[in-house]
Amino acid sequence: MREVTIRDSLREALREEMQRDESVFLLGEDIGRFWGGAFGVTKGLAEEFGDERVRDTPISENAIIGVAVGSAITGMRPVAEIMFGDLTALAVDQICNQAAKIRYMFGGQVSVPCVIRTPFGAGVNIASHHSQSLEAWFMHTPGLHVAVPSTPHDAKGLLKKAIRGNNPVFFVEHKLLYPIKGMIPDKDYTVPFGVADVKREGKDVTIVATLYMVLKALAAAEQLSKEGISAEVLDPRTLVPLDKTAIVKSVKKTGRLVIVSEDCKTAGVSAEIAAVVAEEALDYLDAPIKRVAEPDTPIPFSPSMEQFVIPSEKSIVQAVRSVISRA
Amino acid sequence: MVQDGKLLEMYRQMLTIRFFEEKVFELYGQNLVPGTIHLYAGEEAVAVGVCANLRRDDYITSTHRGHGHCIAKGARLDKTMAEILGRRTGYCKGKGGSMHIADFSIGMLGATAVVGAGIPIATGAGLSIRLRGTDQVTACFFGDGASNQGTFHEGINLAAVWRLPVVFVCENNLYAMGTRQTRVMLIDNIADRAAGYGIPGIVVDGNDVLAVFEAARVAVERARRGEGPTLIECKTYRLKGHSRFDPATYRPKEEVDEWLKRDAIARFQAKLLDMGVLTEAEVQRTVQEAKNDVEKATKFALESSFPEPLEALDDVYASEESATQK
Repeated sequence: MREVTIRDSLREALREEMQRDESVFLLGEDIGRFWGGAFGVTKGLAEEFGDERVRDTPISENAIIGVAVGSAITGMRPVAEIMFGDLTALAVDQICNQAAKIRYMFGGQVSVPCVIRTPFGAGVNIASHHSQSLEAWFMHTPGLHVAVPSTPHDAKGLLKKAIRGNNPVFFVEHKLLYPIKGMIPDKDYTVPFGVADVKREGKDVTIVATLYMVLKALAAAEQLSKEGISAEVLDPRTLVPLDKTAIVKSVKKTGRLVIVSEDCKTAGVSAEIAAVVAEEALDYLDAPIKRVAEPDTPIPFSPSMEQFVIPSEKSIVQAVRSVISRA
Repeated sequence: MVQDGKLLEMYRQMLTIRFFEEKVFELYGQNLVPGTIHLYAGEEAVAVGVCANLRRDDYITSTHRGHGHCIAKGARLDKTMAEILGRRTGYCKGKGGSMHIADFSIGMLGATAVVGAGIPIATGAGLSIRLRGTDQVTACFFGDGASNQGTFHEGINLAAVWRLPVVFVCENNLYAMGTRQTRVMLIDNIADRAAGYGIPGIVVDGNDVLAVFEAARVAVERARRGEGPTLIECKTYRLKGHSRFDPATYRPKEEVDEWLKRDAIARFQAKLLDMGVLTEAEVQRTVQEAKNDVEKATKFALESSFPEPLEALDDVYASEESATQK
């Protein structure tokens, strides 16, 4: 085992899969030798694998994904980077109408093995066009898998699994997670899709959280432990497929559920998870489900407002206290 | 010079597409075709002229008006007709229908019904060819309407700058649904836009199969040599309206009459007779054979069952265990 950042773990996954399989290649805006990606994930890869396999593209998001789709259905395994998650809006046709539907529309004749990497998340003062969290859009598109890792271990293992898999994967990264460190194995490994991970065991309340919110949930759980509240933190790791079994199992154990997600509340990730528990484990709940999510606004610029809309450790603690007090 | 056998094959394909589309129209009138239809009748010279330059392992991408592309690339009539009728024996097991036919075994990468969406996909297939180091070529069919989409700009520019082996074929039938070209662009020739990407732009009579063939031959050879893409604009005309309910009243009668006089099949047939490649007797025989082929395909489709409702749940995701496709 050794300690790396998520940025490094993602790069290792890309490098190892490119070494393992010649059909894997990367494309995106400024991912090549001059920038190595806006967040540095692909730094050094163009030097190692050449400009043919690490391709800088024009600023043409819909074509980046269209090219990924066209190459994926003809024998390649592209990994496309969209520089900021908000910009996936420019490529929604190719992601949702083409990548997601081609296999189905054509009766299973072909699969679309491509990965779309993009960073979501607020907190770095870059306002409404570079900060949003849109996972729910893509959860709502049958045909896509959606990965949401929170640790270097999960990021590397899920990305390798995504590249080796046969389905289009919407791979979410979080801007604030790139420098976060954690331990990863030295050996080759993958993380399966659809298997949640208990990041902290507890017995009084289940906190389901994703991406950067996992870190906040863990900090909240630590604080709550000092009040004698034992919180279990569950990270689904992939939203599609969603490990409903693990969520339901944890709720059956604790009897209480708080869902923390950085997207806006209406029809968001937390809504889907709440609905799953309402359908499958309502009788086990000792208190109403509580959601901690962003208000239904775009992300504001000024730090004072931005910090207000992002779910905080404090708001998670308060949500947990409120469901505990309902016993 | 194109060999006689190839000319006759092109003639037979054009007839087949025409009779196939007439049959689809007839079946539609009998309520046997669910949904809508966009017929290729009138534009046969484009698909046939282009695909006559392609090998089986070359790729094409297609559109909502795609039956002709399928047939010209060598798709089976029976599975095509079955798909249009929503039967489980269709190419896509009834999941795609008229607007989404694909046959990956012959490099037909599928029809997309989002106007212009096939353009970057064709560019991606071109990139795949480059990265795999083969000498395949991708032909990308789209209409005049698609040339106003952002994908046209993004996809062609990318193919141009990477010098990918793609031939972009614009079937300009003058109308995007009911909107005449002159109402939505200030240029006469869409091929002029090629200059903006630094690639050749060619205008051809899309109702002259030999003119299309020749333009495509040059473009395909250029692509195969690794010299990059070409934009070919084929001026053509659809015999019917845009889709099922469209009587196409927006097209002046004089214009329709003028284009009917330029019917691609009649012209090619007259030319072949004139050249002595075809005799009147062979015309009769080829017409009959093409009609028989369409009849057989129709019989197959009509005798095929509809999918079981639960089959709607299949094919959303690929098995993770399956091998890498080639």
